[in-house]
Amino acid sequence: MKSDRRLVRKGSLEKLFEVLKGDNRQVYAPFSRNGRTTYRKTEKFSDIATDYIQTTQSSKEVSFPRTEKILDYSKNEDGMSVKGIEPDQIPQIMLWGIRPCDALGIGELSSIFNWDYKDEIYNNRLSKVTVLGFSCGKADEYCFCTSVGGNPGNTDGSDILFTQLGENGDYLAEILTEKGEKVIALSPELFETAGNIEKEKFLADVPVKFSHKEIFGKLEKFFESDEWVEQSLRCIGCGACAYVCPTCACFDIQDDSHGKLGSRVRCWDSCGFSLFTLHTSGHNPRNVQSARWRQRIMHKFSYMPERLSVYGCTGCGRCSRACPADMNILEHLISIKEAAL
Amino acid sequence: MTNNLYMPYQMKVERITYEAPGVKTFMLRFVNEEDQNKFDFRAGQFGEYSVYGVGESTFCIASSPTRKGYIECTFRQTGKVTNALSDCEEGSIIGFRGPYGNTFPLDEWKGKSLLFIAGGIALPPMRCVIWNALDLRENFKDITIIYGARSTKDLVYKHELQDWGSRPDVKLITTVDPGGESPDWKGEVGFVPTIVEKVAPSSMDTIAIVCGPPVMIKYTFPVLAKLGFSDENIFTTLENRMKCGFGKCGRCNVGKVYVCKDGPVFTLAQLNKLPDEY
Repeated sequence: MKSDRRLVRKGSLEKLFEVLKGDNRQVYAPFSRNGRTTYRKTEKFSDIATDYIQTTQSSKEVSFPRTEKILDYSKNEDGMSVKGIEPDQIPQIMLWGIRPCDALGIGELSSIFNWDYKDEIYNNRLSKVTVLGFSCGKADEYCFCTSVGGNPGNTDGSDILFTQLGENGDYLAEILTEKGEKVIALSPELFETAGNIEKEKFLADVPVKFSHKEIFGKLEKFFESDEWVEQSLRCIGCGACAYVCPTCACFDIQDDSHGKLGSRVRCWDSCGFSLFTLHTSGHNPRNVQSARWRQRIMHKFSYMPERLSVYGCTGCGRCSRACPADMNILEHLISIKEAAL
Repeated sequence: MTNNLYMPYQMKVERITYEAPGVKTFMLRFVNEEDQNKFDFRAGQFGEYSVYGVGESTFCIASSPTRKGYIECTFRQTGKVTNALSDCEEGSIIGFRGPYGNTFPLDEWKGKSLLFIAGGIALPPMRCVIWNALDLRENFKDITIIYGARSTKDLVYKHELQDWGSRPDVKLITTVDPGGESPDWKGEVGFVPTIVEKVAPSSMDTIAIVCGPPVMIKYTFPVLAKLGFSDENIFTTLENRMKCGFGKCGRCNVGKVYVCKDGPVFTLAQLNKLPDEY
């Protein structure tokens, strides 16, 4: 649908927040503490962080929780009873304040969960999420959304995208989907008619450093390159990059057993872990860290575009901010771009 | 939930067969008759078998799709889940989800001869195809099976080997590694690639299906090439670690190819195009 543009006064945001909280809905918003900004269920408008470039953790948890029950079992005298989780146990979530890169990441993550087999657990959760994106007025040296098909005011993935019109200014609200319209319907008086607003003027400047398409082309013949070893020498295989990534979907399945009762859970995993691909026989197809780093980059910039027609990176920069060994994906991608074949 | 991909079928362990040290075959029946009626699979496909409270493990379906009403799996006790499976008794309930993956193209093999070459615990994925072919025997010309294991006691499906060996329409050659023979052993002694070279089966109108440990596969492919088999006519399976079985959990891929979805069955021609990461 064509986006509907409205103006929301700065003072009206709190009213909107209060309206969204009601009626079995939860608002997830960024919350800052000890230098970390994370999404959490928020009750008070004043708790919402405003001065953040990017949240420490992505918002993917709302549709892909880090540990998620996929079934419950109980052993009894008659045998075994096994039950899946029910969709009505999943809450309606208003996801407040996510950046355009994270909103873009939702589609990339969804493409993995809907490739051929449709993962209804994931889809059910996502269907209950309304995405209220906030454009970026600021960026830092880790940001590179413009190199991977995004931009600081990108509307992809948001149901409504808010852009603040200057510091302390009012907000332009772009209503992008039916879910977005439903939000307006809750409190139409907060959404005034917008005049002719040039949104681009208020967006952060994120210079283009490379093109993801050019990385894709390069990677076709890059599998055997020494560059992977060079780049990953300092990788400690901690998996932090995958945990903060909005599009990393790799998971493990484990049983959580308590005597006769228990659950089977799906939990986040990382291709950076040495045990990730280890066979029971002891053989490991990706037996060195460079092979695991290669998998991370190849998956996002070669395999995903080829198999799913989307890239697996939104340029949010979180992996570089989180890396304890100071690996920087932007620098590494530029090295790949510049490396001789 | 309407469609929980991770929800296993409940299966009753109906019969347990001891095959070799640490190796057992389970015959599994669907607890729910409706599940059984809608279940269908093809030779080569695999599934996730689970013991509740312990976890899931990936192996092939070792029975033939021509045998309806049950499935069989054969596993070696090696890790957490296979140890727990091994502790199951007849009557135990376990989980199974599947079938996943691609299949051996038996329809395309009509009118050809089949050469099966297997080593050790890799006979189970092939047993499914062997029985499938034997149940449709008129569709194929010669059927030759070359099977080797470390020692006589490590040979799996010992009763079926006798059965295949006594059939006039199957040529069976069994072998054990040097030193693995028992005093009454009547089969060959030698590694599988050596025996394949010695038996020298014809490549004329023949499909070779090779499953075994990596080292066996590595040395068998050149022998087959020497015998005139084209890479397109040599089939094998890849066995990477998996969790989901349907292309989401992210660990079984070899380059852009997902073993769980594009495999586990590959021709040598397809393998040659993959990066060396399996």
